[in-house]
Amino acid sequence: MQDVSFSKAELERYSRHLIIPEFNIEGQKKLKQAKVLVVGSGGLGSPLLLYLTAAGVGTIGIVDFDVVDETNLQRQVLFGVESVGRSKVEAAKERLESLNPHINIITHNVHLNSANALEIAKNYDVIADGTDNFPTRYLVNDVSVLLDVPNVYASIFRFEGQVSVFNLVDQNGKRGPQYRDLFPTPPPPGLVPSCAEGGVIGVLPGIIGSLQANEVLKVITGIGEPLSGRLFLFDALTFTTRTLKISPHPETPKITELIDYQTFCGIGPNSDQTASLVPEITVQELQKLRDHGHDYQLIDVREPYEYEISNLEGDLIPLGQLEQSLAQISRDRPVIVHCRSGKRSADAILLLQNKYGFTNLQNLKGGILAFAEEIDNSLAKY
Amino acid sequence: MAKIIIPTPLRKFTGNQAAISTNGNTIREAIVDLTNQHPDLKNHLLDATGQIRSFVRIFLGDEDILSLQKEETMVAESSIVSIVPAIAGG
Repeated sequence: MQDVSFSKAELERYSRHLIIPEFNIEGQKKLKQAKVLVVGSGGLGSPLLLYLTAAGVGTIGIVDFDVVDETNLQRQVLFGVESVGRSKVEAAKERLESLNPHINIITHNVHLNSANALEIAKNYDVIADGTDNFPTRYLVNDVSVLLDVPNVYASIFRFEGQVSVFNLVDQNGKRGPQYRDLFPTPPPPGLVPSCAEGGVIGVLPGIIGSLQANEVLKVITGIGEPLSGRLFLFDALTFTTRTLKISPHPETPKITELIDYQTFCGIGPNSDQTASLVPEITVQELQKLRDHGHDYQLIDVREPYEYEISNLEGDLIPLGQLEQSLAQISRDRPVIVHCRSGKRSADAILLLQNKYGFTNLQNLKGGILAFAEEIDNSLAKY
Repeated sequence: MAKIIIPTPLRKFTGNQAAISTNGNTIREAIVDLTNQHPDLKNHLLDATGQIRSFVRIFLGDEDILSLQKEETMVAESSIVSIVPAIAGG
């Protein structure tokens, strides 16, 4: 290892590491030399970045294209009220530099994709995956395999968290399983809701992201037994933990290049197809109908707990109950269907058109979120 | 006979129950019994031909059934079966 030295201030800052016999100054040197790429600075990225920074990882890259939103603050403890509206990577860098001035924070204010991922990730020794969607999870996996670096993985939904260390070569030269060994194929779009659609308890990413940070430190320093070949599950609701064994999957393909991950996950072309089959109405057009007192029916296919947050006084028929509620849906006047962002209402319209022959349905483009954004900003967005 | 742990994303199909006791001597029989008890789960666990969907992983205790006898792996009354779905939140 090339010579790594510490200033007096650094020695004092890291002293609680230096006095752990199996960690000591050798472990701290490894941290200082390490370069970790954190993909996503949201719920998981917040504790991950805070702890990696505080612990003294020498170079930390952050990839995120998003800006801080009011709805982030319930769990993304990296950010404060003053960060709302700012670029996440810039707000994160500022916060992290105030936490530890002895390290180097590199920001990548981009949407990680097949065209830029290898170029960004090639300068790092470890990738920590804290993204929020399946295409990026498969992308991060394939990048880690192609660049031959470990992928410290965590994922959350509502009350449940998963952690593992993928693609880690152990001291005997044996490579552990990758993400594709655990999940060879992604679920079809819409079957597994995201946190934005399904919610997440605010503390959960704090717990799971901290476990992820701990695995990053272990992978860098080589201490202990990293969570390679194992999947840790945590259910915050029942306080149940399980650690399952995972091994290479016989059908995992050899990764030779990056692919189109949107298409791989069934997103993209399908959405265009849906749009052409589902008649749409904009929020401005809906507002005109409201203003002019036209006769139409507005149906809200969200869940009752979403209706309570904000609503457009539509008839509430949750998507799951649609087929039992056909009698409540008009056939002799225009019917406008909406949900939060327009996805579930499009599914509802396709079902009603294809299976029950409705021809009078229109999807509110962008859902109640677009209405709150463009027409009535007194409505709460969520 | 086995207890199946239901992951959070699927609990809305089991009336929010986190664990379900099932009949059947194999993983396949236990999963089919589970989907008979809670029919809304069927589309999420089984494909049109009745096979367990590839994005849902099943474990008996801490072992992946792929490293045992797959769907034909025998279960006992004391068996704990975990359904592990892909989740992507961050």
